[in-house]
Parts: sequence; structure tokens; C-alpha cells
Amino acid sequence: MSERKNNTNHEPLFHLAKRSVIPQWRAWLIRVAAIVLGLAVCGIVAYILSDKLQEGKKTLADFYYCFIKGSFTTNRKIWKFLKNMAILQCISLAVTPAFRMRFWNTGAEGQTLMGVWGAIAVAFYLGGEIPEALLLVLMFVGALLCSAVWAVIPAIFKAKWNTNETLFTLMMNYVAIHIVEYFLVVWVPSGSSSLGKLKYGKLPSFGHDYLVIILIVLLLTLLLYVYLKHSKQGYEISVVGESVRTAQYSGMNVKKVIIRTMVVSGLLCGLAGYLIGAGLDQTVTTESVGGQGFTAIMVSWLANFNPIVMLLTSGLITLLDQGAAQITQDFGVRGAFPDVIIGIILFFIIGSEFFINYQVIFRKGGHAAKEGAK
Amino acid sequence: MNIWLNFLIDSLAFGATFMYGSTGEIITEKAGHLNLGIPGVMCMGGAGGCLVLNMVAQLNLPGFLVVILGILGSVSLAMLMGLIYSFLTVTLRANQNVTGLALTTFGAGLMKVIMSKLDAAVYLVGPKKLYRWPFAERTDALQCLGVLFFLAVIIALYASYFLFRTKKGLHLRSVGESPATADAVGINVSRYKYAASCIGSGIAGLGGFYYIIDYMASQEAYLSLEIFGWLSIALVIFALWRPHMTIIGSTIFGLLFSCSSYIANISWIDVTMATKPLLKMLPYVFTIAVLIFTSIRNKRENHPPASLGMSYFREER
Repeated sequence: MSERKNNTNHEPLFHLAKRSVIPQWRAWLIRVAAIVLGLAVCGIVAYILSDKLQEGKKTLADFYYCFIKGSFTTNRKIWKFLKNMAILQCISLAVTPAFRMRFWNTGAEGQTLMGVWGAIAVAFYLGGEIPEALLLVLMFVGALLCSAVWAVIPAIFKAKWNTNETLFTLMMNYVAIHIVEYFLVVWVPSGSSSLGKLKYGKLPSFGHDYLVIILIVLLLTLLLYVYLKHSKQGYEISVVGESVRTAQYSGMNVKKVIIRTMVVSGLLCGLAGYLIGAGLDQTVTTESVGGQGFTAIMVSWLANFNPIVMLLTSGLITLLDQGAAQITQDFGVRGAFPDVIIGIILFFIIGSEFFINYQVIFRKGGHAAKEGAK
Repeated sequence: MNIWLNFLIDSLAFGATFMYGSTGEIITEKAGHLNLGIPGVMCMGGAGGCLVLNMVAQLNLPGFLVVILGILGSVSLAMLMGLIYSFLTVTLRANQNVTGLALTTFGAGLMKVIMSKLDAAVYLVGPKKLYRWPFAERTDALQCLGVLFFLAVIIALYASYFLFRTKKGLHLRSVGESPATADAVGINVSRYKYAASCIGSGIAGLGGFYYIIDYMASQEAYLSLEIFGWLSIALVIFALWRPHMTIIGSTIFGLLFSCSSYIANISWIDVTMATKPLLKMLPYVFTIAVLIFTSIRNKRENHPPASLGMSYFREER
């Protein structure tokens, strides 16, 4: 009876406490466990959606093998994996400086698209009339300029009147899409609105077609890491992100930092746009960026806004995306199955952060007091 | 009927999509949660309704039962999405923006998978007439206003009444303004946050259902649904966090959206192919203008809930 009384005292079964430190290996163990769990759930969802799995024509082993098959079985697939990862990484790098100062830029999609458009517009009007090298330089300038303008407009309003940047940048995406749509109608009089590959303004390549792009993005990753971690401007970004008041008190011009950082973000988006426009597609459509601007936000957050770790997260997302595309092909699941897979895995990784930041402490004397003791 | 009246009614009908979406989002935001997953929630709401309609098509149920079952299917799948969102952001205290974006990726993707498996002939042809009650037989623009449209208006009005005139509404708002204070008064913060996110999502989900089954009533409707989720989130700001204002706001959005097809009918305006994309830009430019305008005016009652976007952890002071 006395035992009973103990149990009905006012201490709850468990309570939560914030962890001060957690060993790195344990944090990664939790994350990997989350991904494994997520993949298990993906298997269940695939089983529900795929007739081939239910009828036994394919097994779950085939299902998981697709994630390797989608990216690594042939040389072509490996290069495609690296290329897709590089572009995603580049856009993720672009959104990172703004996020580090808690400026929620959801407009990377539109900013990158304007970059692609800027590059292609230059090639469309000047292609063939000036030397190719000069054209490539002008395309580069055009891409950077367009993206920077697209990024800086919301930043100015945020700095001056504290206008909500999440929604402002979001709306700018759709304005950008319709601008591209408008120019496609103007440029292609036939009415098909499809520009086709331009003859001029292709980024020169050596070794493999995609090698230049991959190297540029790798270099950019290192540069941004140094900029954010070891430069005065990078430090200012972190301080503004932690507390605007602290930044003001220590004499920083917060408005200037906000606008400058968004220009940096915009320039990087412009570079991504240039790589897509001049390096890969040679054309622009409303789908040139294809939602990667939104995926990049999650990639950047998953890496805790660290450019080097971002190589891992952008790789993971690309791997999932290509694997899921392979599944779509092999298993006869129609629609946007890759998005479903990525969504589920993201839920688990997002959820796992809780177990890294908090610990669950059970009531003393309960059957699971071990967790609390650690 | 007069072309201008047609235009207005068409816009009203279109606006109902936003009415659902932004009323749902307002309720969620009033509890302090910015749910960027609303586009995904609306997608799943649409898929849920169509899924149920497909299942009951063979049963020869009476019309009103089909209507109610469709609505229930839509609401329950959308609420399930809301439950995922609130579990991650309330219980696990995850970053709301990232959770929302993941929810949108997941919801929009899964919706496309589900919808591509359904037969449009089954979920559209019969039920569309039922949902257009009581004006289904009319041939003018009035036929666009059906059960779901009126439900949208009623929900928007009731949500305003609930938030600003009832005790529970007061509690909900206090949770969004200052969860620590609400907690100290004895309000169960987590319960309110859960309820607001789930009910808000349920309402928003109906918007997706309405768009697919009633307003567009076409096989490809689901492909264009996601954008309207984003616009619903934007409309919240226009409505200044008051659900009844979404009725006006969404009608204006509707006008801006359908004007590109109506302006073509006016003889003295010369519309070329190229101007159409520019006209389509209008709703977004308008939203940006409203955003800027409200931020410059900066009145206190126009502000978002004070703790919007922040997770609440009791032991953190």
C-alpha cells in the first residue's frame, strides 16, 4: 500500500531537461538511428503504395537496393549524383548566411531562377555578336546582378520597416516564375513558350562535363566556411542571429549587416543560377530550379548551417531523391514518390534533434531511471 | 447575366479556397505556431476527400451522406497532417519553419501519388453535382456557389467569434502571445497548441478538397493546388489575423486571379499573349504591397502573435 502512495505523489513519470553537452558521436548515433527508422517507415509506405511489392514481384530488399542503384551502379549515375548534389549544395550554401542571422529567406527558388534567367537573357540577346569568353563573363555578371536584386529587395524592407521576410521572399518566388514565363512568350513567338538550347554561352569543361561545376562548388564551400567562421563579417552575422540587441549594443549597424548578408546570399544564388544556366541547361524554363530552393532550406538547417557538414546533408538528400526516382521507375509507383520519401526521412531527422537537445528524465525508483542518471 | 456579376461570383467561389486555408492558418498562428506546411495539409485534405468519394462511389448512398463523408475524409486526413506537425513542433519542439516545409514536401508528394491512383471519373462526375447544392441546376455563374462555399463563410465567421468572443478563444490567444503567462494561470499550453494546429489543419484541408472537387472540378486540378496553400499563408497577413477578414481578402485574391481571363473579354483593352503572365503576377505583387503597407503602418493590433514561431519549454526562462 505504501508503494502505491509513492506512485501517486506529485512527481510526474518523466520530465524533460535541456542537455548542456552531448558527445559528438552520440549525437550522430541518434541521427543515424533516426534515418534508419525513417527508412523502415518508407518501406511500409512503399508497401502500401506499390502493387508490385504486394504481389511479391519485388521484395523489400529490392526496395532498399534502389537507393544504391539510383546513384552508384554506373559511371553515368555517379556523375549525375555528384552534379545534382553540387547544385543543391550551391543553393544551400546561398541560403546559409541569411539563416545564420535568423533571416528566414524562403525565396532561394526565385533568386536562383532569376540568376538562370539573367544568364540566359544575356546569351539570348548578345550570343554570337561578341566573343564567347566575353559573353560568358557578361552572363556571369547578369546572373549575379539579377539574383542580388531579387534578394536585396526584401532585405531593404526588413531592415527599414521590419517587414516579414518569410512571406515577402516567398511571394518573390512566384513573381520571378511569372517574369520568366513572360519572357518565354516574348522570346518564342511561335507560342510554344519553349526556348530550346541556346548555341552560345556554354561554360567550357575539362575532364568530365560536370567536373568544373563540382570543383567550383567545392571551392565555394571552403570559402563560405572561412567567411562565416573566420571573418569579421561572418562574426557579425552570428551576433545578429543570436540577439539583435546585443549587436546594436556593441555598435554594429544591424540594418547594414542584414542588407549586406542578403546581397551575399543573392550573389551565391546567382552563381547557382549561372551554373544551371550556362553550365548545364543552356536554356531557362519556369522549372529550371525545380523546387531545389525549398529543399536547400532544409539541407542547410539539417547541417546546422555549417557549410562543411552541408556536403553530407546535401549528399544524403540527393541520394534519397535519386534512389526514390529509381524506385518510381522499378516499382511502378506514379506521382511524386521521391518527395514522400524525403518528407518521411526529414520528419525523423527533425524529430531526432529533440533527443540531442533534451534528455528524458524518468522518476527516480521507476523502472527506467538509467536514462536520467547519465 | 451581367459579365461583371459573373466576375464577382467567380471570384467569390475561387476565394473560398483561400478562406479555408487562411482561417486554418490563423487559428494555428494564434496559438503561436507558424505552419508553413499548410500547402501540404491542403493537398492531403484534397486527397483524403477524393479517396473517400472513390471508396463510397459504388455504395449508392444518399446524396447528403456522400457530401458529409467526403468532408469527413478530407478533414481527417488533414488533421492527421496537423498531428504530425504538432507532435514535432509542440512535443519535440522542432524548428517550425523546417517542419512546415518538410510537411509540405511530404503532403504535396503523397497527394500526387494518391491522386494518380484514383479515377477522376468516379470522384468528380457524380459528387460535383451534389456539392454544388442548392444551385446545381442553374446555368449562370451562381452554380459555382455550393455547400462547401457557404461552409467556408460560416467557418470563417465562427472562427472570429470563437477567437475574440469566447473564453477558450481568449485562452488560445494568450497561449500565442505569452505561453509562460498562460502556463502560470493554469492553461494547458500543449493541449491548446495541439488542438489549434489540428483543427486549423482540418479546416485548411477542406480548402484543398473544395478546390479539386468543386471550384476546378477537373482531373488536373490537384497539380496546381500547392501554390494556393502558399497564398493562403500570405492572406493571413492581409487579414491581420482576423478570420472574418479572410472573406474580403480572399475575394480580392479571387478577383486578381480570375481577372486575367475576364480582361480578355473587354473589347477596349488589348490583351496579347505576353500580358497574361504579367496579369498572373498581380496576386503576388498585391500581397507584397500589403505586407509592406502593414509593416510601415506598424499598428499594435496588426502585429502577429508575440511568440509566433517559438517553441515553448517550461523550464527555460
